[in-house]
Amino acid sequence: MIRVENLKKYYKSLPALKGVNLNVAKGELFAYLGPNGAGKTTTIRILTGLTRLSSGNAYLNGFHIDKASLQARNQSGLVPQAINLDQELTVWENLDIHGRLFHLPSRKRAASIHHLLEYVGLLDRKNSLVKHLSGGLKRRVMMARALVHSPAILFLDEPTVGLDANIRRRIWALIKQIQQDGTTIFLTTHYIEEAEFLADRVAFLDLGEIVAMDTPQNSMARLGTWALDEVQGGNIKTTYFNTREEAQRCPANQGDSFTVRRVNLEDAFLALTGKKIQ
Amino acid sequence: MIAGWFAVYYRELLILQRRLSRQIASWAVAPLLYLIAFGYAMGGQVQIEGHSYLEFLIPGLVAMNSMTTAFAIASDINIARFYWHIFEEFQAAPISNIAYVTGEVLAGVTRALLSVGIILLLGRLFGVALSYNPLFWLATVLNSFVFASLAVGLAMVVKSHADQAMLSSFVITPMAFLGGTFFPVDRLPLWAQKALLLLPLTHASGAIRQASFGNTPNIFSYLLLAVMGSLFFCIAFYCVNIARD
Repeated sequence: MIRVENLKKYYKSLPALKGVNLNVAKGELFAYLGPNGAGKTTTIRILTGLTRLSSGNAYLNGFHIDKASLQARNQSGLVPQAINLDQELTVWENLDIHGRLFHLPSRKRAASIHHLLEYVGLLDRKNSLVKHLSGGLKRRVMMARALVHSPAILFLDEPTVGLDANIRRRIWALIKQIQQDGTTIFLTTHYIEEAEFLADRVAFLDLGEIVAMDTPQNSMARLGTWALDEVQGGNIKTTYFNTREEAQRCPANQGDSFTVRRVNLEDAFLALTGKKIQ
Repeated sequence: MIAGWFAVYYRELLILQRRLSRQIASWAVAPLLYLIAFGYAMGGQVQIEGHSYLEFLIPGLVAMNSMTTAFAIASDINIARFYWHIFEEFQAAPISNIAYVTGEVLAGVTRALLSVGIILLLGRLFGVALSYNPLFWLATVLNSFVFASLAVGLAMVVKSHADQAMLSSFVITPMAFLGGTFFPVDRLPLWAQKALLLLPLTHASGAIRQASFGNTPNIFSYLLLAVMGSLFFCIAFYCVNIARD
């Protein structure tokens, strides 16, 4: 559904992407994980037509993003990181303009908007001005808007950034539901738990390069199942074990303090790059 | 090729509808002040080309306001681009750049024509009735087209709100005062007249004034405005491509 071959992007002479290769299958939820500045948003911007690629190729549902850009753009919906709704317009009007931009006939457009507002639980707010909605509701409107034209692929760029934990979980449930309804999802995030909870596969991006790509379970299992964090002279040293008992028995945990916890994707990223994601 | 232009135009119309009362008030303020200060208070005894100064001023204000209002679309595009990031919604949609430019330029022209309607109403209140014939409206539409197209192109090139404000100060404000709006250009030295003929507003105000006085305007002014408008429209189309990077 998404095919990216040796994708490179330079801003003047500064490389933002240094040759990214990836394939995302139909119906897959693919998470793109990396720290700020790794190139996550640049990748999404290129794939959705907001930024031009410097070299390489990328296809959405078989359409080249540059050579068949209008057809490629028709395949995808985008929920960008920043809230980009028309604040002075109503929820319905925002979705209606999106439907018009994607050339939906009026009857189909109205039916799709009605269905999606019901889907995200905002039908009763359809005539509210967007500026009167909370941040969480605006995110839901953006999700609905991106789906008005029934895209095959949904790009979510940090969809829960800035939201509190409760609302974040509601958005996760919505993302899962969208995937179950057959949409391929490409998600960027720097929230570890978001990728762990949602993703079928995860790619770790660092300094414009993919350093590893696998299922979240496999990515973490390479290190073990349990982690022992020890605070030693102001630094945290982490050791990995296959069982909780091993971690707790470890003779090394003589430090100032220690914590035994499950291995997460942050550990996997740290082991690969020597850096933290968050 | 231009499928989707209506979505862009429709969005601008909806926003205009939301702001209409405020917008009408803001369109009325400056012309009203000019009419009171220059037309009523200062120009009461002045006759130009056989017309009262108020009659001379109204077509000039029509030219000036259609220019400034059409050009103001740049500020809205700018805010949509840098502050609300709404421009990304258009970039990610399967519409061509020409559709985007067409929608925004038409929105600029629509606003300009509405603001001209306000001036004509104000003129009526001041007792001025001129001939608002098809040639008058053609010159007004062409003038709006020139500056709306210029606005869309420049809005794609500027990097911030501050740049946008600077462009207005350096391009629009001098043209508003020197382009034959408040005084007849032929009272200036010959070299200045020649220089001012390079400005589209000089041609627009001349054509609008002659048409509203019931005279036959210079056809060259119409041609020049049409050519300049088309040129700026093409440049705007090219600049939308640049904005993608």
